[in-house]
Amino acid sequence: MEVRASHLMMPVLFLLGVSFSDSALAENTTDGQRPGLKEILFGDREILDGAGVLELEAPKRAQDAAIVPVTVRALIPQAPERYIKTITLIVDRNPVPVAGVFNMSPDNGLATISTRIRVDAYTDVRAVAETSDGTLYHASRFVKAAGGCSAPAMKDQDTALARMGRLKLRLEERPIVGAPVKAQILVSHPNYSGLQMDQLTRHYIPAHYVQSIKVMYDGRQILAVEGDISLSENPSVHFYFVPQSAGDITAEVIDTEGNVFTGAWPVTPQSDT
Amino acid sequence: MTLRSFTLLGRWVMGITLWIAADGMAASADTTSAVPMPVRTIAPGVYVYVGRHEEATPHNLGATGNMGFIVGGESVAVVDTGGSARAGARLREAVRAVTHLPIRFVINTHVHPDHVMGNAAFAGDEPEFIGHRNLQRALVARGEYYLERLRESLGAAAAGTRIIPPTRIVDTEVTIDLGGRELNLVAHPAAHTDNDLTVFDAATGTLWTGDLLFVERIPVVDGSLKGWLEGTARLRATGAAHVVPGHGHPPPDALAAFDAQDGYLRKLLTEIRISIARGESIEHAVASVGRSEAEKWALFEDYNARNVVTAFTELEWE
Repeated sequence: MEVRASHLMMPVLFLLGVSFSDSALAENTTDGQRPGLKEILFGDREILDGAGVLELEAPKRAQDAAIVPVTVRALIPQAPERYIKTITLIVDRNPVPVAGVFNMSPDNGLATISTRIRVDAYTDVRAVAETSDGTLYHASRFVKAAGGCSAPAMKDQDTALARMGRLKLRLEERPIVGAPVKAQILVSHPNYSGLQMDQLTRHYIPAHYVQSIKVMYDGRQILAVEGDISLSENPSVHFYFVPQSAGDITAEVIDTEGNVFTGAWPVTPQSDT
Repeated sequence: MTLRSFTLLGRWVMGITLWIAADGMAASADTTSAVPMPVRTIAPGVYVYVGRHEEATPHNLGATGNMGFIVGGESVAVVDTGGSARAGARLREAVRAVTHLPIRFVINTHVHPDHVMGNAAFAGDEPEFIGHRNLQRALVARGEYYLERLRESLGAAAAGTRIIPPTRIVDTEVTIDLGGRELNLVAHPAAHTDNDLTVFDAATGTLWTGDLLFVERIPVVDGSLKGWLEGTARLRATGAAHVVPGHGHPPPDALAAFDAQDGYLRKLLTEIRISIARGESIEHAVASVGRSEAEKWALFEDYNARNVVTAFTELEWE
């Protein structure tokens, strides 16, 4: 439910233009006259330093502000007694700061994820992990990049539009039963931000982006992503899961126009002998 | 010495002096009295300004790509217009220093700002603005973004710069006539961008490649890496006597220039495919791919990583 709630907050954040300022986080106070992003997302809950729990990797200076690769590295295993339940990825100075909420479970084995985001201005990028016992942990990186949200989409438009809705799953070679295997789900989608302008009509290209990515394995959900416009075009998520037996990975992707894209891929893990 | 040749010589000497004085200096604020761009003749009636291997600054007016013009019996065709209205105005003065024939055609080889942002300087000539069938779409998607970046980098020197979309579209191929001189314009499939247009002047065998060929400066992938390698193969086959690249000096040996560029692009292709097959992330690829070419190209550190990101997101869909 928290996930839904934070997703619904996004338009509010957009209107207020609030930011997740360093002071708000460090001092745990409200951000001047209007509520800070931290308060909107996490209320008055304490957020602990993420040392030993998670690390955030992001380039100091982005090569392409519209495609900034970030990795949230989990430093604790996904043990049933205590695991990382959600990772919220936040780009402070983006028009819509929450880039995505990534939901995971012990089935992931490891909660490490990588994705690609748009960065609109020099900003802190943050990851907040919530563990299954309800504790929040935080890691951040400062990224120098600008213009990523209004940057034009698609290098090769004909190819990109012809491919729209295609899903791709990449799996590490030779998955082993019972061991975390790295996977990548790729969605071909322009993820229009609503901030890209049509120069001739002076209108903005309407926002049209991937809202939800759900990945199941053998009937169990192994990843659920609530996305928004701060995810780059052709959203990509690297994640881990632990295959226990041969089965199908299925994915269901829904965009803001209600389009549903699906895919299925067989997985045949080997036993580790 | 006839009066006419004396006048021409005088104009030439004066022009050279002005070029020496002006090259590297920002043009005056008044675009109507701009100093001519220092163009060189590479074949009869073919004039080229070789852009600087720099990012756009108020100093270079965004004239960081090549541009120039071709003079026919009745009219002039301009090929690319520089990175700002002022750069375009300086190119227009260079045309006027050579001929008073009307400028009937302004050809944009692709959407990048250093090739289209000087169009406004020619609006008063009422030429046909000619571009690839995808150029307008690309201007729609990127124009505002480019103008924003231009205002940031040029400041007041960006004044007067605006987007002028094509008034005539090349679907696959078009021939225009400058009066006894025909230019063949070819629209290419996605390569450097998805709107690359080349210009061939049959009279001198001169091929203007636009940014399908980079010389000295690192090639920038903004369309399709695989498409670009295919496009280069087609250009090699034209057997042009002279080649005007989109960046860098017209090469004495065009095939060697294509070889150098293909070498870099193939390296990207091979190394990124290996990286993807290994399941590596973009960050990993950025740190290693293409590095062995670092010493060969100007602005390598500014663009190689970006090329890797672009090509990686293309090739992971193979």
